[in-house]
Amino acid sequence: MLSRRLFLKNSSLAMVGIGSAPAWLSRAVYAKDGPGERKRILITIFQRGAVDGLNVVIPHGEPNYYSLRPGIAIPRPDGTDAAAIDLDGHFGLHPALHSLKPLWDNGQLAIVEAVGSPDPTRSHFDAQDYMESGTPGLKATYDGWLNRALVEERFPSPLRAVSLSPDLPRTLRGTNKALAVGNLNDFQVKDASAAGTFETMYGTSTDTVLNGTARETFEAVKTVQSLCNAPYTPANGAKYPGGRLGQSLLQIARMIKANVGLEVAFADVGGWDTHVNEVGGQPHTGQLANLLRDFGDALAAFSQDMGDRMADITVATMSEFGRTVKENGNRGTDHGHANVMFVLGGSVRGGRVHGQWPGLAPEQLYEGRDLNVTTDFRSVLAELVMKRMGNREIATVFPGFDGSRAIGVLA
Amino acid sequence: MTRRSQPTILIVIALALLVEPIFAAGLLNPKKIKAKSNPPQYVRFSQVLPQDEQLFHALERLTFGPKPGDLDSLQHLGLRNWLELQLHPERVPENPELQQRLAPLESLRMSIRETYVHYPPPQWIRAVARGQGNLPEDPEVRAVVLHLAERYVRKSAATPNDPNDDSDLDLKAKLDDILTPQQIAVLKAGASEERRRILAAIPPQKQRDFVWALRPAERRQLFLAAPVPLRRELMLSINPQNVVANDLSEGKLLRAIYSNHQLEELLVDFWFNHFNVFQGKGADRYLIPTYEREAIRPHVFDTFYNLLLATAESPAMLFYLDNWQSVAPPPAGAAAPGKRGGKHGLNENYGRELLELHTLGVNSGYTQQDVIEVARCFTGWTIANQQKGGGFEYKDKVHDKGQKTVLGHIIPAGGGMSDGLEVLQILAHHPATAHHLSLQLARRFVADDPPPSLVNRMTQTFLKSGGDLRQVTQTMVRSPEFWSQGAYEAKIKTPFELVVSAVRATNADVTSAFLLARELQKLGEPLYGKVEPTGYSSANADWVSSAGLLDRMNFALALVHNCVPGVTVNTAQWQSTAEEDPLKLARLVLQQNPSGPTQAAIRKTFAAQPQVDLARNAKDTQPGLPALIAGLALGSPEFQRH
Repeated sequence: MLSRRLFLKNSSLAMVGIGSAPAWLSRAVYAKDGPGERKRILITIFQRGAVDGLNVVIPHGEPNYYSLRPGIAIPRPDGTDAAAIDLDGHFGLHPALHSLKPLWDNGQLAIVEAVGSPDPTRSHFDAQDYMESGTPGLKATYDGWLNRALVEERFPSPLRAVSLSPDLPRTLRGTNKALAVGNLNDFQVKDASAAGTFETMYGTSTDTVLNGTARETFEAVKTVQSLCNAPYTPANGAKYPGGRLGQSLLQIARMIKANVGLEVAFADVGGWDTHVNEVGGQPHTGQLANLLRDFGDALAAFSQDMGDRMADITVATMSEFGRTVKENGNRGTDHGHANVMFVLGGSVRGGRVHGQWPGLAPEQLYEGRDLNVTTDFRSVLAELVMKRMGNREIATVFPGFDGSRAIGVLA
Repeated sequence: MTRRSQPTILIVIALALLVEPIFAAGLLNPKKIKAKSNPPQYVRFSQVLPQDEQLFHALERLTFGPKPGDLDSLQHLGLRNWLELQLHPERVPENPELQQRLAPLESLRMSIRETYVHYPPPQWIRAVARGQGNLPEDPEVRAVVLHLAERYVRKSAATPNDPNDDSDLDLKAKLDDILTPQQIAVLKAGASEERRRILAAIPPQKQRDFVWALRPAERRQLFLAAPVPLRRELMLSINPQNVVANDLSEGKLLRAIYSNHQLEELLVDFWFNHFNVFQGKGADRYLIPTYEREAIRPHVFDTFYNLLLATAESPAMLFYLDNWQSVAPPPAGAAAPGKRGGKHGLNENYGRELLELHTLGVNSGYTQQDVIEVARCFTGWTIANQQKGGGFEYKDKVHDKGQKTVLGHIIPAGGGMSDGLEVLQILAHHPATAHHLSLQLARRFVADDPPPSLVNRMTQTFLKSGGDLRQVTQTMVRSPEFWSQGAYEAKIKTPFELVVSAVRATNADVTSAFLLARELQKLGEPLYGKVEPTGYSSANADWVSSAGLLDRMNFALALVHNCVPGVTVNTAQWQSTAEEDPLKLARLVLQQNPSGPTQAAIRKTFAAQPQVDLARNAKDTQPGLPALIAGLALGSPEFQRH
C-alpha cells in the first residue's frame, strides 16, 4: 500500500510545500501511519424506494412467509442457486447475494432484522426524510443525522464528509462542511486555463467569505485531481460491478486509500420500489435479483479492495421502510413497515442476525399486514456513532431519542 | 475609513440630506429614523450609497439582475417612478415575448381537475389497464390513456428479459407517412441543428402520429431537439405527469428572465418559498400550478391574512402537510381506527408549521399544547375527492367539536370551520407574526442580519396596516437601510438567482427552459424541489460551498461557450468591444466596474492570448477570447453577489 507521505509527495499538492499547506493536510502528512492514528470511517448506503427485506434476508424457517408469498417466495435452502443460502437455520440470503456469504462466514457481516421507524408513514418522501434527518415525525429538522454526528474540528479536511451524489443529501446537510461529488472526475474547473485564473482571482479577492471557501475548494480539487490522475487498480483482485453503487464505492475506496481525511461517506442506490414484477419467471430471477446481485457484488468488492483496512471501516445499509408480507396481484409487494439492515466491517459482531424477530403470524404483523418494528433504526445508527465515530452526544445527533439501548451489533 | 469613525449623529444628518432627493414627496421622512438605536455593528446601514450605486443596487436587488440597457432606462425613468411601478405591476404592461413563451405551457392555466384529465397520473393508467377507471372524455387524452394502459398491460405480461417490453412497434410503419426517408436518416444520425429543423417543420396536426411512430427511447432522445409543443407531446406519450412538473419549472424560469414585473416575480418566489410545498410528494405535482397561480401570486401585494387563508385552503398545502388526513380523534371508548393504514386521527404537521414557519416563528412563545390545539381547530379542512383532483372542502363530520385554547384565546366548543378561521385571524395579526415576516423579508431583500431599526419599522407598518404586504414591502424598499452600504452586495446569489442573472446579463436566448431548469438541479436548487417546509434558505452561508463554487465557475464558462443546454449566447455581440478593451466587455457583462482581482485576471488572460486568436474566432463560430472574458466576469466573486 502506498503510504500517505509518499502519496502526497507524488501529488501536485506536495509542491506547494508543507509550510503553506492547509492545516488539515499537514496534520494528515505528519500523522503516523499506524492503524491507531487512522481515522475511522463510516459509510452509509441508502436503498431508496423501500427494498423488500423479506426477500433479501429470507426467513425460511417461517411457514407464513411461504403461505403469504406463494408466487414470489425464495425457496428454502437446498444447495442450489435457485434457493436461499442458509445462514443460521432460520434465515437465509437471497441467492443473488452469494458474494456476501464469505463475509458472513468470516464474521465481517452482521444483519439486523425488523429495523424501522417509529413513525407509521408509508410515504417514500416522508420516510426517507425522517431516516435521513434522524428525527421521525418531525419535518422541520433542517439538518441530517450524519452531519450532526461529525465531531467539530478546527481544521476539517474538505473531503471529510462526502456524498457520492450530484446534490448533498438530506443526511449530510448541516453546519459541518460536507461535499457532494457526483463523480470525482467532475470535481474541477473544466477549462484548465480558466482554472488557474479563477484560483488567482478568488485567492486575491477581498471578499472574505468567497476567498476562504475558494482556497479550500482549490486545495480539494488538487487532491481529488491528483487522485484521479493516478491509475487505480483495486487490491486483492477486487472487481467492482458497473452499476451506480459499485462505482460509488470504488470512488470512496480511492479516497480512503489516498488518505484525504475522509470520515463519513454516503452513497445511494434506487430502483427498489418493486410493486410490479419483483421477481421474474422464477422467484430467484428478475428485477430484485438483478438489483441484489449488483448490491452484494459492490459490497463484497469494496471489502476485498480494502483488505486489512476494513478494520477501520464500517458500512451500514438502510432503506426507508419494508414491504408488505403478502405479495400483491402483480408479482410484487406494496409499502410496508420494518426492514433489514446490513452492517459490515471491523469490530462488527458478524455472522449473526441481531434484533428481535417479531414473527409473521397474522397477529404478529403491524396493522395486520407488515413486519413489525422491534428495533428503532436510530438504535443501530446511534451505536455506530458512539462506538465508531467516537461521538457520545446522542441527544444532539438524534434529538428526542433515548440511545441507551444499544443492540450490540458492534463489539 | 474616516466615514466609519464619524459620530453617529452626523451620519444621521448626512443620511437625511442624501436620501431626500429620492424620497421626496413625503414617501418617507428619514429624519425620524433613529439609526443610533441600532447596535454598533450595523453602522454600515447608516452609510448611504452614492446615486449611481443606488441605481445598480435597485436592479440587483429588486429584479433578477440587470440586462444590458436596464441601467439607462432606469436612469431615464427615475428611481422613484420605477419603484412605484414595480410596487404596482398592474400599471406596467407585461412583456409580449414572455406571454408568447408561456403560451405552449398549457398546464399552467388549468384547474387541478383539468390537469389530472389532460396529464393522467400513472395510477389512472394502471386503473384503466385493470378495467377499473373511467376514460377521459377528451378524445386526444383518451387516446393517450388507452395507449399507455395498453403498454402497461403488455409490460406486466412480458417476462423481464424480453427486449421488446418497452416498444410500440405496431405503430412504427407510420413514420414513413410523415417524413421522407432522407429526413428520417437525418433525424437518426444528423447534426443537432438539422434535427432541430426537421422537428420544427412537422405540422401540428401530424405531431401526435409522429410521436406514436417512435419507440419510447427514441422519443426521449428527441427531448433535446424538439420545439416546446412537440417536446410536450413526446413527454406526454411516455409519462404524462412529468409534463405538468416541467411546465411549472419552465414557467418560473421564463417569468424570472423575461417578465417586466420583476419585483412581483421576486415576491412570488419569496412567498412561495415561505409557504413552501414540494413537487415530489405524490399528488402535489398536480396541485402546485394552481397553488402558485391562485393562492400565492394574487396575494403578494394583498393582506397577509388573505395570503395565509389562501394557502391554508389550498389542496397543495393540505396535502403536503397532511392536514387533509387530520381528523378528530375517536371519542374515548370507541373502537380503534381501521387497520390497513386508514385515518390515523389528529395530524399535527400543519399546525406545527403554521406556527413555526408560516406565522409566529420558532421560539416565539407557543407551546406543544398550542400546536395540538391548532391542529384540532383544522380537523376537517380537507380535499374533496383527493384522488380525482378536487378542491378544498370542509368536512364537518370529522371536525373536532370540543373547546380549544390557542395562545390563551378560548375557542368555544361546537364550532365548525370558523375554528380554523379564528386561528388564522389570531395568527395573521399577532405581533410575533409581524416581526417574523418582516425579519424574513429583510433577510432576503436587505442582508442576512438586517438592522433592528428597519425590522422594527416594517413590523410597525405591518401592525398599523392590518398586515398590508404592499405597505410592508414599501417600508422596506423606501428605507435608508435598504439604500445603504450595509445592504450593497451583501447577499450571495442563490443558484436560481445566479442562473437567471447570468442569462439576463448576457442577453441570452432561452431555447429550452426545460433544459435550463435541469441545470438548476445540478447547481443544487431544483425549482419546486425543496423537500422541507422551511423552503430554501436565503442565508449566504448556505450557498457557499466547495462543490457549489466550482459549479458556479463551470456554469459561467459553459454558458458563454454555449455549452449550457437550452440557452444560446450570441458571443459575436462582444467581438468589437473585446477588441477595443477587454475590461469594457467585463463592465458590459457585470454592469459595474470589475474588482481589482477580476481586472487583473482579465488583463492577464488577454495578454496571454495572441491577437490572431481574435481574428480567427471572428470568422468561424468558435467562441474565443471575448467569450472567455465574459465567462471570467460571470464566474468572478462580484457576480456571485448582489
